[in-house]
Amino acid sequence: MILEALQNNTFINLSYILASVLFIFGLKMLSSPDTAQRGNFVSSLGMLLAVVVTLLSKEIVSFQFILIGLIGGGAVGAIAALRIKMTSMPELVALLNGFGGASSLLVASAELFALTTSNLVAMIAIGIATIIGGVTFSGSLIAFGKLSEIMPGKPYLFIGQKILTGLIILLLLLLLFQFCSGIFFAEILFGFDWINEQYALILLISLSLLLGILLAIPIGGADMPVIIALLNSYSGLAACAAGFVIGNNVLIVAGSLVGASGLILTNIMCKAMNRSLLNVLFGGFGAIDSSSSSGEGKVQGDVKPINIGDSYLVLEAASTVLIVPGYGMAVSQAQHSVRELGELLQDNGCEVKYAIHPVAGRMPGHMNVLLAEANVSYDVLVEPQDVNPIMDTIDVCIVIGANDVVNPDAREDESSPIYGMPVIEVDRAKTVFVLKRSMASGFAGIQNSLFFKQNTRMLFGDAKESVSGLVSEFKS
Amino acid sequence: MEMMLLLFVLVLSIFLGFELINKVPSTLHTPLMSGANAISGITLVGAILSSGSDSSSITIVLGTVAVFLASLNVVGGYLVTNRMLRMFKKK
Repeated sequence: MILEALQNNTFINLSYILASVLFIFGLKMLSSPDTAQRGNFVSSLGMLLAVVVTLLSKEIVSFQFILIGLIGGGAVGAIAALRIKMTSMPELVALLNGFGGASSLLVASAELFALTTSNLVAMIAIGIATIIGGVTFSGSLIAFGKLSEIMPGKPYLFIGQKILTGLIILLLLLLLFQFCSGIFFAEILFGFDWINEQYALILLISLSLLLGILLAIPIGGADMPVIIALLNSYSGLAACAAGFVIGNNVLIVAGSLVGASGLILTNIMCKAMNRSLLNVLFGGFGAIDSSSSSGEGKVQGDVKPINIGDSYLVLEAASTVLIVPGYGMAVSQAQHSVRELGELLQDNGCEVKYAIHPVAGRMPGHMNVLLAEANVSYDVLVEPQDVNPIMDTIDVCIVIGANDVVNPDAREDESSPIYGMPVIEVDRAKTVFVLKRSMASGFAGIQNSLFFKQNTRMLFGDAKESVSGLVSEFKS
Repeated sequence: MEMMLLLFVLVLSIFLGFELINKVPSTLHTPLMSGANAISGITLVGAILSSGSDSSSITIVLGTVAVFLASLNVVGGYLVTNRMLRMFKKK
């Protein structure tokens, strides 16, 4: 009796509405630091509710496969989430995005084989869910490969890449039309009789996977945060399309919320680089040959190296210090030493802030995660627009493994490829220390005139070793 | 008509999404992304319906793989977001 009442469609749909409300509140709370953790919990309750009521549905006749998938996937996910190092977070986020996309693709495909009558709306939805899911999946795998350094992180471009991408998009649209209308041109033109929906689906999947690869390989280095945010948005849109396939509102609501939040992040990232999304996607920015870069030659001058002992003396006398971390800090895992240095400076009566550029690192918020892991309070982290106006009052800026986001050419050299990008204007501080392995240019392949400025001192070597060296100087 | 209703929900939720998250401090960019990513695992609902259905075996196989991937996405996404957010403390 009770079970029957629970299996009632009205009850299930009401629960879906409640789940959607929990997602909405969860996401809202996630956008403020004080409530974020509770927000994540609220949203997970929504997910639990949606899954449990789905399991009650009368359409389900057997539970064994569901349980295998749920337990297996859940266990792998839990192990990955609890074991992953914070420095590997970008890879994990990319991979999880990809799995979400793949899952939506599979749901759409499974539904095609379950269709008993031809249904135009369902076919359109299946086609679209397949395309978005496929692009998300292969694009995310490529992003994962680049971030985990299984693949070279540099942008990969070849002649005719844009044309090929355009051609595939055109083919996909044509195929989608055929798929939905049931009119197969190949059949009419060439007399192929083997083409049916299932073959068309396989073609659709292959082409979408190819498109995802083509969209992700030209993206490299410093542009990674944009593509990660964009793939995040796609994974939501794929779930949304899957919602149309099975006619379920909770998928549509949750999917479009994720789609919107991913797009907002993508937009923030693009603005932080002063570039349009199209330029990021097709520009192959980092592939610019450094020898053709205009900054070369005229900014050359003498770089002034400094040793740890001398930098300690300068820092010891400083009353305001701004630390600017970049991808180099993540690579050398220097965040814990950096926090220690910050604390020692504070004990010395110095005011310490951290300036975080939105695109520093390889995913949105990358530096914030690392510093949080090292126990740096989030209220000493500042954004470029807040710190630039008071830059003249800062005694020492310590740039740790950041390059393009502190490049003065963005303001001074109109011919520079990054001209116009909002940067952290560290060169206006009284003294700048740049911690750097060597004089190699950043991921954008652009020479940085900061290194040649009068007030810049280069502290060469591994970031972690240099910072630890400073820490021991303070302690002795 | 049902299609129209779904489209209606789609358009409204996209607007809601933009309103909801239009001002995110950069501190929360990563957790917001991974938390949202976990929500996109809602496709699990569709996967469960396919995996447990009485349709052809190919539907069940595809559905089961989808359940596996979506649960990985959901559980991994929520746990890793929680792990990150636990570190974001004001001292």
